[in-house]
Amino acid sequence: MGRVLPTLRKQGSPLAAGTAQRDVLARIPLPRSFADALRASHLYPLRPTTIEILQINVGKRCNQTCRHCHVDAGPDRVEVMPRTVMEACLSFLEGARIPTLDITGGAPELHPDFRELVGRAAALGARVTHRCNLTAILLPNYADIPAHLAAHRVEVIASLPYYQARQTDAQRGDGVFEASVVGLRRLNALGYGMGGGLILDLVTNPVGTYLPGSQAALERDWKRELKRRHDIEFDHLYTITNMPISRFLAFLEEQGRTEEYLTRLVNAYNPRAAAGVMCRNTLSVGWDGTLYDCDFNQMLDLPVSAGVPRTIFDAERAALESRDIEIGPHCFGCTAGAGSSCGGAVT
Amino acid sequence: MPDRPHYYHHHDLPRFGEIERGARELAKKFFDWYGAVFSEGALTAREKALIALAVAHAVQCPYCIDAYSRDALEKGSNLEQMTEAVHVAAAIRGGSSLVHGVQMLNHVDELGM
Repeated sequence: MGRVLPTLRKQGSPLAAGTAQRDVLARIPLPRSFADALRASHLYPLRPTTIEILQINVGKRCNQTCRHCHVDAGPDRVEVMPRTVMEACLSFLEGARIPTLDITGGAPELHPDFRELVGRAAALGARVTHRCNLTAILLPNYADIPAHLAAHRVEVIASLPYYQARQTDAQRGDGVFEASVVGLRRLNALGYGMGGGLILDLVTNPVGTYLPGSQAALERDWKRELKRRHDIEFDHLYTITNMPISRFLAFLEEQGRTEEYLTRLVNAYNPRAAAGVMCRNTLSVGWDGTLYDCDFNQMLDLPVSAGVPRTIFDAERAALESRDIEIGPHCFGCTAGAGSSCGGAVT
Repeated sequence: MPDRPHYYHHHDLPRFGEIERGARELAKKFFDWYGAVFSEGALTAREKALIALAVAHAVQCPYCIDAYSRDALEKGSNLEQMTEAVHVAAAIRGGSSLVHGVQMLNHVDELGM
């Protein structure tokens, strides 16, 4: 792969800090606030339904620096989930009987205990999903990861913004598409995405400042084109809206298009999408054990509301399910159009 | 009349709906029909967006080019497909001029000796 761009943190950008990002978003004049939108939909204050997914961010290290990355992940990031936090996550998963463990990062494979985490979570009977960038598994010392995932029936959710190199590389870095095709072929060779029960889903974020189209229609195109061009198969395509935080916010700011993009998200508010936002059934854990309503709030340094357990060490399911979810202007990113979540469109 | 340096302004595009001010029922009929035209049918929504993009160039409507460049991308089209669609519009526009040359030939034949 080609040159890896520096993270916002490495550049010394003010937007490396979540609080600075929130300040920028708070200054944008919008047609209405997210709270007002929720009120009009009879969803305010936003409350969880039930915690079905424990999403843990095991660290910010990544071998790529994608231009839309909401984590500002990259090779220079040193945040890695300590073992004590990992153990607490597994204890909560088991004790609270959370059905799904969703492992994200960074590139989660780069965590030194990733293999153990996967194995133990699967042994607990949890559905385990792994957010894969398709290139970390090609690195030396990580080539065994796909077989390990397959052995534990882990669902792979892999990022691929487009079925062509130009768009993919524009977002994810030079040479990433070609490497991703190699990664996908390895997963297919193990049976992933081939209809035999090993699930391989793809995720696409728009390569620009527009919203994703119909998930079902794009999935048809992606399946046809990846099969025709590269003989690659997969199960489902998820569309995810670019969240106006971190690197994508920095991009919008550089372009002078933050207000335009935010306004587009606000005008595309969909009450049905709001009712199905992922924070209602997900609990997000930061690398240091802090609890958040979602991975986006995590990157904005916006932990779960005061008055409920705020770390995985004292997590208690009933208390957390009665919390008010923290919201902000960025939340319009999950409610625009067909909605957006880590599981794709929500309507 | 406020000073408007340009006849076209991109801020006017989202105001399209205001056209109902003078004829609400007609606007409703138009927008209902418009929505139905662009929904999935025998053609996919992506194919329809490409047709719209081509027509937008044929009629040289900046609002439509703005709207359907974005829509084509959102529907999953790429630059190559969009450019080919614009070439189709250009070919038909150019061809429609050139094919009228046959009428010219008819006149020349009639008028000549």
